[in-house]
Amino acid sequence: MSVTTPGQTTKRTTTRAADAHAPTLKKTERREALAGALMVSPSVILLIVFFFIPVGLAFLLAFTNARLISPTISFTGLDNFTRLFEDPLFWRSLRNTLYFAVVVVPLQSGFALLLALLVNQRIRGTNFFRTLYFVPVVTSIVVVSILWKFMYQPDGLVNNLLQSVSFNLIQGTDWLNNPGAAMPAIMFMSIWQAVGFHMIIWLSGLQTIAPELYEAADIDGAGRWEKFRYVTWPGLRNTRTFILVTITIAALSLFAQINIMTNGGPLDATTTVVFQAVRIGYQQQQTAYASAISLVFFLLVLTVSLVQRYLTREKD
Amino acid sequence: MRSGTMRPLALTGVAVLAAGVVLAGCGKADTGSGGSAASGELTLWTHNAGNKEELAVVNQIVADYNAQGKTKIKVQAFPQASYNDAVVAAATAKKLPCILDTDAPTVPAWAYAGYLAELNLPQDLVGKQLESTLGKYQDKLYSIGYYDAALAIFARKSVLQSAGARIPTVDKPWTADEFNQVLAKIKAAGKPQIAFDLGTGDTGTEWWTYAYSPFLQSFGGDLINRNDYKSADGVLNGDKAKAWAAWLQGLIKDGYAPKKSGTDAFADFVNGKSAMVWSGIWSTANMDKLGSDGVILPPPDFGAGPKIGGGSWQWAISSSCPSKDAALDYLKFSLDPKYLAQFAIKQNVVPATEEAAELTPGWKPGEPKRFFLDEAKKFALIRPPTPGYPYLTTTFAKAAQDIVSGGDANQILDRAAKDIDTNFKSNNYYQS
Amino acid sequence: MTTIAQTTAQPPAHSQTRNQSTGARTAGGYLVRILLALFFAFPLVFMFVSSLKPDQQIFKDLSSLKAFLPVGDISLDNYTGVFQTAPAARFLINSVLITGATVLLGLLVNSMAAFALSRMHWRGKTIVLAAIIATLVVPFETFALPLVWWVNKLPWLVVQDFVPLYSVGWLDTYRVQIIPFIANAFSIYLYYSYFQSIPKDLDEAARVDGAGWFRIYRSVIMPLAGPATATVAILTFLPAWNSYLWPLMVVQTENLRPVMVGISYFQQLNVLWGQIMAYSTLITIPVLAFFLVFQRAFVSSIASAGVKG
Repeated sequence: MSVTTPGQTTKRTTTRAADAHAPTLKKTERREALAGALMVSPSVILLIVFFFIPVGLAFLLAFTNARLISPTISFTGLDNFTRLFEDPLFWRSLRNTLYFAVVVVPLQSGFALLLALLVNQRIRGTNFFRTLYFVPVVTSIVVVSILWKFMYQPDGLVNNLLQSVSFNLIQGTDWLNNPGAAMPAIMFMSIWQAVGFHMIIWLSGLQTIAPELYEAADIDGAGRWEKFRYVTWPGLRNTRTFILVTITIAALSLFAQINIMTNGGPLDATTTVVFQAVRIGYQQQQTAYASAISLVFFLLVLTVSLVQRYLTREKD
Repeated sequence: MRSGTMRPLALTGVAVLAAGVVLAGCGKADTGSGGSAASGELTLWTHNAGNKEELAVVNQIVADYNAQGKTKIKVQAFPQASYNDAVVAAATAKKLPCILDTDAPTVPAWAYAGYLAELNLPQDLVGKQLESTLGKYQDKLYSIGYYDAALAIFARKSVLQSAGARIPTVDKPWTADEFNQVLAKIKAAGKPQIAFDLGTGDTGTEWWTYAYSPFLQSFGGDLINRNDYKSADGVLNGDKAKAWAAWLQGLIKDGYAPKKSGTDAFADFVNGKSAMVWSGIWSTANMDKLGSDGVILPPPDFGAGPKIGGGSWQWAISSSCPSKDAALDYLKFSLDPKYLAQFAIKQNVVPATEEAAELTPGWKPGEPKRFFLDEAKKFALIRPPTPGYPYLTTTFAKAAQDIVSGGDANQILDRAAKDIDTNFKSNNYYQS
Repeated sequence: MTTIAQTTAQPPAHSQTRNQSTGARTAGGYLVRILLALFFAFPLVFMFVSSLKPDQQIFKDLSSLKAFLPVGDISLDNYTGVFQTAPAARFLINSVLITGATVLLGLLVNSMAAFALSRMHWRGKTIVLAAIIATLVVPFETFALPLVWWVNKLPWLVVQDFVPLYSVGWLDTYRVQIIPFIANAFSIYLYYSYFQSIPKDLDEAARVDGAGWFRIYRSVIMPLAGPATATVAILTFLPAWNSYLWPLMVVQTENLRPVMVGISYFQQLNVLWGQIMAYSTLITIPVLAFFLVFQRAFVSSIASAGVKG
């Protein structure tokens, strides 16, 4: 069964290249380049001024011994980095961060896709469900943390549910105080909180798939699974890449939930790299060391993202 | 097609409107925080936005001062939870206000960084204040407080009586053994669920240092050696400190205290979940719900005498203030006993001077609230006044959290002491 | 010749069997959807119900299902209290203005950039795209303080009494809460991904008709980008609405503060839990309203068929 998928970008027609030497088209190309540069310039200028410059400053600090409030500041070269790589807490946070990302990225993106498929159907109340699934994303983190902290208590809702569903086989544990269970608990809560966010993104991707393709698939006698595999999934290619890259970055940047639920504990079981950086920079006021952590973090995550984009690039 | 073009057009139009908002709203509020020198106005920052009573007193003092016709003061209130970050940002941008209040333990760090001006207040004024309301660094005064806070054990009298415990007082606190016996008896009785709620549900760093280092100090340990403020070795990881850690872990292992308290430990106490809770004077407002069954007790004596924390919000003048004399004049004005009394009347805090206590109902010797003032005088120990305090407090708080979580206490303390020593050494012991 | 269709994906029912199976599926499907709705929405119920209760009761009820039921001492006291403790109305207005401006200006600026990156050819395109994606990697806390310092060095033109004045420093204004956040890599990347799925033949067709690039952007591509616009709008609305650290550092005057800074007003030594719940309810409503409006407006209206070839 062959189905064309117009969700792919078409290559530029070759006539363009062949005519590139004609003088009039060259001017068009130049005009295009100018128009392009013009259209992209507001955002580029804004990003340079409000992102690249301060980030550059921040990363420069990594090579000094600056503290938040200190009378003097001097250049110290790579000292902060050697200190960082010898710090067992840094390696621990790195491990925790990777652990979190490896579990959450597939689970959350998969679950978000499932939800998107559920709310993309034109059935009654779909807008209602869509909004409700989105609620955790918009609810204040203060409220969310009170609730979940309470639910994770030894006599709390989560354990009660586990017991009743498993007929008392699973007892559950003191989630947030158990070094082995704290991270999974945070994972579950994070997925619950953020899945609506990615559901919306999957949705916008689903909306680009032409219904004609589904009709054609129907006529060919395709069942639900075949439709998904041959129509939906290929049509979501670009969305897939986007979600993969952004969920990975978000997962590796885990901070807010840790800050509010566990403060890095118990016994460093939930410390993440960004949490470390914020704690060292703002609480311990060692700005330069925190900058070093941020710089290392940046390089790591950038590498991961670029690799992801490369692996999922358009095969011509 | 029409809707196709209309929508982007509308979008562009609204976006332009939005740009207009940005440009229009820009002209205002650029007064600069030092106060415009032209109008001779001084800006005052305070941490109590959201705390109606305290803010009202500050506003009253400022209004009275402004009525005098000297320099005018303008109040800017910030919410407490975010105040420190706001002040740090202002310092980064070199836009500190003239007069500001600051949390006591941060004063040495600020003074060391050169952000605060020395307070040349007359000795007869300063001498009346509770020691813990004075912020000193290198023997110079940089801040002064209108009040202090105090920690205490809040308990249910009925539970203590059925456990056969005597009610301890400031003059005769419990010993470590007595305290242990009380805990055991309450646990044996089975009700309430929790014998002693430590309040570990609060993840804020400063709470952990403020609330739990007094126990360490009562055992004889400390955060850092106060002889020279250079090293924590021997005080944070000596035998006495290790005894404290063992006691803390023991409380949890024996089931007297929960590893992680509820979000609001005092609310749980009032709801009957715990027999005793470790909290502070700010909770006395909610004690009314217990009526005569509620009783407030000093902490036990673990060997070096009972200890509670000291030093609350204190007022300082920034070194970049263009008119320091005017600011100092305002501070002097504000230290009038009638104002200090107002703070203690309007909210639950310890008045800073005996004179103020006289003017505040309930604070004279023998009266119910006097307990806190006596406690503060006898037991209060301020957190170590060193510019390296931010590092001290985060390291200690983390160590305490790890100990409560059940880690190897000795290792944790050794590691913490080593980290502190390394940090202080690499900062040249914060000598300027 | 090529039809593009950006419509919702459910094909019309054709056959008899289809109808029956749809019917059976829908009943079970509904159950799943409702269970999921409960799973996701229960904190909202908790928040709203708690906002009606006094503080002590919130914690008492927490140990049972009563946490989700409006029982006991129900009143609107917390709501009146909210407006007494903090200038909540002012904060809400500020946030609406700031977030609105950030989102709307952002939609314009970021979609233009994405258009240029995905549909046009110019030198340096790949590098710019890579640089933009790289900005997603740096958490804001990392450079917040240098940004404060830097923003305070920036100049601005102020009109006071009809005279343009040159002023330095952006602290304590609306613009400092808006302008740094207009350009947003996430929005650009999302629009970019979306634009990639729109066939380039449309651009060709329009250019043959003599349209300039901006015209193509405005009249051809953007109308088709409804779902992307709805998504970008809500996904940039959220962080802008929730921004806490930045306004806390750069806004010193109370009447310029946004809603999130307001929450800490209720977190003084004696935390006012009931009021926090009431306040949180109040600030969640605009977000949900915004979400609903944009979903309705942009997602379901994509029924418009595309370009007739």
